[in-house]
Amino acid sequence: MALADSGGDVEALPITADEDVVRVRQLVRSRAVAAKLSLIDQTKLVTAASELARNTLVHGGGGRAEVSTVTNGRRNGIRVHFADDGPGIADLDLAMTDGYTSGTGMGLGLSGARRLVDEFDIDTGPGAGTRVTVTKWSR
Amino acid sequence: MDIGTTTQFAGLLRDHRDELLKRWTANAGTGLRGRLAEAELARQIRELYDALRGTVVTEGELTLDSPAAVELRAVLGELSRQRALHGFTATETAISVFALKEAVLGVLDAGESGSLRLFVAVSQFVDELGLFTFEAYSRTREALIAEQAEQLLELSTPVVKLWDGVVAVPLVGTLDSARAQVVMERLLQTLVDTGSPYAIIDITGVPAVDTQVAQHILKTVVAARLMGADCVISGIRPQIAQTIVALGIEFGDIVTKASLADALMHTLRAGGFELNRRAVRRD
Ligand SMILES: Nc1ncnc2c1ncn2[C@@H]1O[C@H](COP(=O)(O)OP(=O)(O)OP(=O)(O)O)[C@@H](O)[C@H]1O
Ligand SMILES: [Mg+2]
Repeated sequence: MALADSGGDVEALPITADEDVVRVRQLVRSRAVAAKLSLIDQTKLVTAASELARNTLVHGGGGRAEVSTVTNGRRNGIRVHFADDGPGIADLDLAMTDGYTSGTGMGLGLSGARRLVDEFDIDTGPGAGTRVTVTKWSR
Repeated sequence: MDIGTTTQFAGLLRDHRDELLKRWTANAGTGLRGRLAEAELARQIRELYDALRGTVVTEGELTLDSPAAVELRAVLGELSRQRALHGFTATETAISVFALKEAVLGVLDAGESGSLRLFVAVSQFVDELGLFTFEAYSRTREALIAEQAEQLLELSTPVVKLWDGVVAVPLVGTLDSARAQVVMERLLQTLVDTGSPYAIIDITGVPAVDTQVAQHILKTVVAARLMGADCVISGIRPQIAQTIVALGIEFGDIVTKASLADALMHTLRAGGFELNRRAVRRD
């Protein structure tokens, strides 16, 4: 994943309950608006964040989100980082498959989130927790 | 409070009952600025006083969490609950308890040895009572707020009859699991009550449709079908449509429309309504 300058305005939120998912969504939306992302890109990023925040809560047993505004010189973007100390994902290929769920979901959150953003980075393993970082750039 | 001071306090409560009650009630009344009937306040303070006396005479160290204080805790808890339910503030409630300090100060003989020590100990104990009151008050308020939130939840999910045979649910805001459940129940109940063959779920007011929201909507549609009604989803704005596609969500054979008006037109046409045929022929 290409590193970009963080604007230094990282905001962190805990994810321990349903209403925290809503809070993450609202923070991401207000940051995306401020970074002048298009309405479609705002909606895509907010939806991806919603999926990843809920995965952090439901599968990761809770964790935190960090939202920052980034720039690569030419464009601004919003980066959201999710981290939990949960069980981690043993078979990442399987988890990223459309329709695979270990629970009762649609199994589209993780794979769908990847399609909704410009950059998607996941670091996970059995017993190692899960960290997902996504970035959406302005056009 | 150690045993020596407790004994002293017990003596004070026994010997100065009338005077202490009078001062305590008067001080508490100032804090409430006449918002509570005097007789009612006097009754509450008397109850507190007697519960306090029952706690203080028992042997051993005086703390609010000792088994001997069970009656006092119950009276304090009930007082806080009543005040919270009747719209008094937490401060007004706590002041009624703290007012005991000034009352005790008023009857203490300043010249007597140990009275300062006694006052400090009583003061600390009353602080403990005040904190307990505050917590009990908060618990009641929280329960009240949760109850109101539930009522609001009901209010915020209206099911409206758009036409004979067509009901609609306009969804606005975050569709969490609790709300989704209410929406589904309401819609199904309305379908039963009105015998409507068509239902429109309008999501114009939903800011983002993720897999959870989609799953709730799909479940509602399936349930409505089981009741013999057909569902149309309307209000899918361009950005939501693109997001749904990128997520990979499929609405299968469920009819979706851009606007509520389109959805209504569709159901009227499908239902073979007179007015609708004419309207269609015209455009
Ligand atoms: N943070 C996480 N920690 C552990 N396991 C995870 C985590 N995120 C995802 N997974 C695993 O990956 C699977 C797929 O995730 P995905 O979000 O695609 O589907 P889902 O959450 O089960 O359903 P939904 O479609 O409602 O999101 C999950 O069922 C879970 O087993
Ligand atoms: Mg998920």
